[in-house]
Amino acid sequence: MARVTLGHGSGGELTRRLIHDVFLKHLPDPELGRLGDAAVLPREGLPGGGSLAFTTDSYVITPLEFPGGDIGHLAVCGTVNDLAAAGAQPLWLTAGWILEEGLPLDLLERQVASLAATAEAAGVRVVAGDTKVVPHGLADGLYINTAGLGWVPPGRLLRRESVQPGDAILVSGTLGDHGMAVMLARQGMRLQTNLVSDAAPLNELVERLFAAGVPVHWLRDATRGGLGGVLCELAETRPYGVRVEATALPVRPEVEAAAELLGLDPLFVANEGKMVAVVPGDQAEAALTAWRAHPHGTQAAQVGVITEERPGQVLLRTAYGGARVLRLPAGELLPRIC
Amino acid sequence: MSGASSYRNPPVVAGLLDRVRRLAVGRAPLRFMEFCGGHTHAIAEYGLRSLLPDNVRLSSGPGCPVCVTASGEVDAAIALAARPGVTVATFGDMMRVPGTAGSLSDARASGADVRVVYSPRDALEIARACPAAEVVFLGVGFETTAPVVAAAVLEAEASGVSNFSVLSLHKLTPPAMRAVLDAGEVRLDGIIGPGHVSAVLGSEAWGFLPRDYRLGCAVAGFEPTDVVSAVVALVEMVAGEEPAVVNAYGRAVTAAGNRVALQMLEQVFAPADREWRGLGFVPNSGLQLRPEYADWDAGLRFDIRPYSAPEPPGCRCGEVLRGVIEPRQCPLFGRACSPASPVGPCMVSSEGACAAHYSEAEEQ
Repeated sequence: MARVTLGHGSGGELTRRLIHDVFLKHLPDPELGRLGDAAVLPREGLPGGGSLAFTTDSYVITPLEFPGGDIGHLAVCGTVNDLAAAGAQPLWLTAGWILEEGLPLDLLERQVASLAATAEAAGVRVVAGDTKVVPHGLADGLYINTAGLGWVPPGRLLRRESVQPGDAILVSGTLGDHGMAVMLARQGMRLQTNLVSDAAPLNELVERLFAAGVPVHWLRDATRGGLGGVLCELAETRPYGVRVEATALPVRPEVEAAAELLGLDPLFVANEGKMVAVVPGDQAEAALTAWRAHPHGTQAAQVGVITEERPGQVLLRTAYGGARVLRLPAGELLPRIC
Repeated sequence: MSGASSYRNPPVVAGLLDRVRRLAVGRAPLRFMEFCGGHTHAIAEYGLRSLLPDNVRLSSGPGCPVCVTASGEVDAAIALAARPGVTVATFGDMMRVPGTAGSLSDARASGADVRVVYSPRDALEIARACPAAEVVFLGVGFETTAPVVAAAVLEAEASGVSNFSVLSLHKLTPPAMRAVLDAGEVRLDGIIGPGHVSAVLGSEAWGFLPRDYRLGCAVAGFEPTDVVSAVVALVEMVAGEEPAVVNAYGRAVTAAGNRVALQMLEQVFAPADREWRGLGFVPNSGLQLRPEYADWDAGLRFDIRPYSAPEPPGCRCGEVLRGVIEPRQCPLFGRACSPASPVGPCMVSSEGACAAHYSEAEEQ
């Protein structure tokens, strides 16, 4: 089996071949193909007014390929969704690749192809890139960093300060699918499930909200830390509180069962294809209708409201009328003994 | 979340709560202890505490296996992990339990090989895969967990895996229950008996509660209907004449318990005196490997014995575990001690009373 060697990172002929035969083969953007030191992008490509949004994220995941996705797919979804959550339309991406010596070349090529396909699906160009090879044992197969630049049309002001009591909290679909799918794939739990990661680019989904004329107050993609993490962040140090209804949370039965088995709370399990939106209460139905018409938003639901009570806190009302306060998990999610 | 299962049926829970209210009306304050950390977690998870009438209170007992692991036991585990060539495998929630100088998580960050596993068999698999490593499984937990550890030891014996051993810190629940009651510090009106422990031991194991202490015991499962049904049974017993053991978890628990699991326990382990955080040394309250299985005893193999170590200054986990104070009565609660920076173990595990109370909404 052909593998990545330190020679692939030497800058010599092996590097040149790697770039042409693996990367450029799947990433056809002419600006990338120019192989310049920097992508030079014409300003005419940019719409007038508005603002630019610029973000970066590094992708580290075990296993590299998991049910419903892989690291190449994730590296586009994550960065595109960060831009989308800022109200931006993603335009350009860069991709930096850290390869561990010994990585099978066909696995690498699958990731490049996956990244390229997801970028195309999201309508974003990959215009610059870099590869480095590190000696065996100094990385875990493959790390990818992507940076993204997007355009925020005028009038989109998404800030926690815009959020006010009476606002509705919406989530675009079921919770915890990505985290549970990866965790089960990783732990070799030999647990039979059909769970797949929800990793998906959500920029179109976000555009649907604006196209429907919903005056969105705040958006966040609920990745690490899950919906619970997003809500804790939303409420922290703010003059309002968050109230969530346990019965309204969309969770697949298999996610609920697997999470329970491991002693985890789906509210805090990661997603890679779920957007959280805070919109005025009277716009909730319009927003949900817009989302549900999109394939990534069919299970969209209102899960809670912004309240005047308990400023700074997130209160979960249980199905039984009791309540508990949601707080950020202290560290990594660790399963309980019994 | 669906809440669709019949044990999570809100109208059924509401009906049971209503029954508690009607039975308790006009009574002097009643106080029940949920022995088991799983119940503490469920009560917080479903927000049940605030739904009970004011004169029915639930206190947590010493039934969170992580919480009752003494500082010196954590130190022993860390000392093992520091040995060159030793891999320590543990259940996840032991990782952050503080010893006198840091936790296993700290030890791992400093270079020790500590792995989180889901079952002792996973540790056995690591031992098979890495014959050059000495793999030690931390045997933490009650009668629920110990049979699985016994099974792993038997499997190691049968398949000749010699680089696997167990540091047995296992503890037994009935002696701890007695220790809490014998201390005479708390006045209780009944006990919610542990569900999973009783699935192994059998509900008869709690017969000493009505016999020796005149206390009713309702063995309960972990769903909302299970917990509230147990409270109903306990209030009914207070209202009636004779305390007894009621099995309110019939779908998992029998009177005599799980014979296979008990036999395995008996074969591999023998009772031993054990130190509990909060209770001190309790005679015959722990399990050690029998001499026949000394080859798999990490304590003997590495000459490591937990010693008695002081608890963190100011930490009142001990009193919380004995039901003497409520978590919020500890001066450190929510200030110096929180789940992000726990001083004592009751704030670490989600089954710990302090962590559970921390997640419960204070009345406003």
